[in-house]
Amino acid sequence: MNSPVMQQEDDLRIHPQKVVLWVGMVSIVMVFAALSSALIVRQGEGNWNFFEMPLAFWITSALVILSSGTMYYALRAAEKKNLSATVTGLWITALLGVAFLAGQFIGWTQLADAGIYFRDNPSNSFLIVLTGLHGLHLLGGLIAVVTVLVKSILLRYKPGEILGLELCSTYWHFMGALWIYLFLFLLYHY
Amino acid sequence: MASETLEVKEIHSTHPEALHDSHEHHGHDSHDDEFELPEVNFIRKYIFSTDHKVIAKQFLITGILMAVVGILLSVLFRIQLAWPEHNMSYLRPLLGNWISDTGQMDPEFYLAMVTMHGTIMVFFVLTAGLSGTFSNFLIPLQLGARDMASGFINMLSYWFFFLSTVIMFASLFISTGPASGGWVIYPPLSALPQAMSGSGLGMTMWLTSMALFIVSSLLGALNYIATVLNMRTKGMSMTRMPLTMWAFFLTAVIGTLSFPVLFSAALLLIFDRSFGTSFYLSDIYIAGKALENSGGSPILFQHLFWFLGHPEVYIVLLPALGMTSEIISTNSRKPIFGYRAMVGSLLGIAFLSFIVWAHHMFVTGMNPFLGTVFMLLTLIIAVPSAVKTFNYLATLWMGNIRFTNAMLFSIGLVSLFITGGVTGIFLGNAALDIPLHDTYFVTAHFHLVMGSASAFGFFAGVYHWFPKMFGRMMNERLGYIHFWMTFAAVYCVFFPMHFMGMAGVPRRYYAASTFDFTQGFTDMNAFITISAMLGFLGQLIFLYNFFYNIFKGKKAPQNPWNSNTLEWTTPVNAGHGNWAGEIPAVYRWPYDYSKPGVNNDYLPQHIPDAAISKWDANPETASLLYDEQGNEIKDTPAAHH
Ligand code: HEM
Ligand SMILES: [Cu+2]
Repeated sequence: MNSPVMQQEDDLRIHPQKVVLWVGMVSIVMVFAALSSALIVRQGEGNWNFFEMPLAFWITSALVILSSGTMYYALRAAEKKNLSATVTGLWITALLGVAFLAGQFIGWTQLADAGIYFRDNPSNSFLIVLTGLHGLHLLGGLIAVVTVLVKSILLRYKPGEILGLELCSTYWHFMGALWIYLFLFLLYHY
Repeated sequence: MASETLEVKEIHSTHPEALHDSHEHHGHDSHDDEFELPEVNFIRKYIFSTDHKVIAKQFLITGILMAVVGILLSVLFRIQLAWPEHNMSYLRPLLGNWISDTGQMDPEFYLAMVTMHGTIMVFFVLTAGLSGTFSNFLIPLQLGARDMASGFINMLSYWFFFLSTVIMFASLFISTGPASGGWVIYPPLSALPQAMSGSGLGMTMWLTSMALFIVSSLLGALNYIATVLNMRTKGMSMTRMPLTMWAFFLTAVIGTLSFPVLFSAALLLIFDRSFGTSFYLSDIYIAGKALENSGGSPILFQHLFWFLGHPEVYIVLLPALGMTSEIISTNSRKPIFGYRAMVGSLLGIAFLSFIVWAHHMFVTGMNPFLGTVFMLLTLIIAVPSAVKTFNYLATLWMGNIRFTNAMLFSIGLVSLFITGGVTGIFLGNAALDIPLHDTYFVTAHFHLVMGSASAFGFFAGVYHWFPKMFGRMMNERLGYIHFWMTFAAVYCVFFPMHFMGMAGVPRRYYAASTFDFTQGFTDMNAFITISAMLGFLGQLIFLYNFFYNIFKGKKAPQNPWNSNTLEWTTPVNAGHGNWAGEIPAVYRWPYDYSKPGVNNDYLPQHIPDAAISKWDANPETASLLYDEQGNEIKDTPAAHH
């Protein structure tokens, strides 16, 4: 233990901004974990509304999975220094992101049409809070995607410099996974 | 001790790399290849600074100002408790209409002051002021980094905190009064604006302020974690980190895991307050009228709140414990006893802190079986706590103790940690907690173990690192007076509260004169209040000592406590980037005090084995670096001598 640590230990370290992102994602997980467990506890007390998930949520789930694919494509293209493919991948990802958010909103209106109002019972409120909060976080990711897209189009990146894109894609996949988790969770509890 | 000329030259000497990079650089410049400094003007340097040292001082001074507010509030409500019926008209200039025409304090404002006192002390002083200050200041310095992983996020963290402070402070002055439902803001009281006047705008401001506060602590914690994991200097393996680093690191981990939960709790509360939902509300009658809300559960809030709340008490305490380890070892001139056990107990406490929250809820009618589980888990915390206590005592044992101000406060912390921890074992037992819950016994417990112990850690940290922060020394004699006044006051204030609690006196009552069984404590209440006032006077001495010596103190030597850690290898008034030259590498753990075979009773972390004898002969050259073979590294600033 008393010999100086070798240089290679430095090489093993991941980039600090990636650590920042991961820790940030952990705290987001905790927000949703808290709300999920609150939902479970509340459901256990009875007086809970059970209903079908709106059709729109099924479609947005497909969109979000698809967008993870296009994001992956963009990142791989960037690793191969294929700029135009990167830009295409990011474009499609961004559009899918917008479609996702629109779909979530449509889902809410479908719920309201089915007579499921936000305030009527905490079960309804939980659904809106969980999906709404996820939507806001995804919106943050969308802004990041657009930023990276614009920077790529303006050739702001030196070749091989893809940290921004890497961070963005990690977060994007995370948002997708979080939605899939939430959707399954909601399917199970309503 | 380093001579003053030495430091001055160090600050002004040029970094070698900057020299051959660009020849027009000269004079006071600490440029470095990997570390580009932006041009700084006054605003970038002292206000919107990204230098972790400046940010630390911003946290410190904001924290100290908030502490003055928080303590003042407590003195005011203690006056009410001590002499409930006397004419308080003399407070009208300060409190305005909260004192009635007949000189009585408004009962709701009493609750408001208690609430704001708790909120300010727990979050603004002991979380941001303590952990924010010292995590920021020490993490890069003790790990050998030029700054935090992200200086920008760090700056944001402070400014979110600042905004949050302004809003919380402003809420004291609104006409409906600040939040009044206790620092734990239990609904339904906090959820219904019509429940009490403080639940209106005051509560909204409380929630806004705390939301910003949570953002600030998360941004801070992200940085602390990333810096500790990534930016340690060469040789600084995790097991060679000073215990302060472990404590700050784990505090940040606890923060990232628990503050989001408070955020969720607050989010649902905001929905209940503003958007008509019923997460926490059901079957409520106000003024004989039933509210529409139904289906919610106020107990749900308590679960969410205490899932943060209990870890929060360790967020407050761990940094203090970490700094105390460092200070006690340094000033006992002995290695810390049981380094690994200390790390292990910090890890144990951090882990356990997440699975004991329901011990705050024994009286909510929970299933007794569940209560037993939480009771067992709670009592297990006594094990790592005891390990830490014994290790402090073993470090002190037969030490060559230097009773510096910081050391006194550290020893004071150990004393308070024991006194307050013992009553935790009482309260952890569900059967005992049921009668003791919400009495002055609880107040006594957490003020000793959390409030006072952490405050002592804070003072210890300030006295110890003041020379590094401001390049000057505080006045030791004033420090002694401050210590003894504070130490005596803390015990005189909180110790008697145990007896009141055992007799059943409830906390958060406006006056103890209302009931027969509380009347016996009238004199004791007066005694407590007078002790609290004297304690407050003691803090004025500290304020004077602190602010006066920032400007007028004796110039500090480079390593005033003959300490081993890396921060003392930086120039006395280190600039942004911390080291003028190369960052020192680390060759040993930080606790080589009184090492056999070394003449000096300390051996800094950056001295390799091969250079021990050279350094030993000339220990003042704190910034002189050696390579592994024991050769001086040329061109470091100190080498120019
Ligand atoms: C041996 C370790 C400890 C045990 C077993 C313990 C146990 C407890 C229990 C059971 C309560 C709830 C009392 C009630 O409300 O009826 C409590 C309250 C409290 N404890 Fe501890 N505790 C311990 C250490 C600590 C430490 C180290 C801190 C702070 C750093 C702390 C801070 C608090 C606070 C702030 C409260 C009061 C919260 C409130 O109701 O406002 N405790 N403790
Ligand atoms: Cu607790």
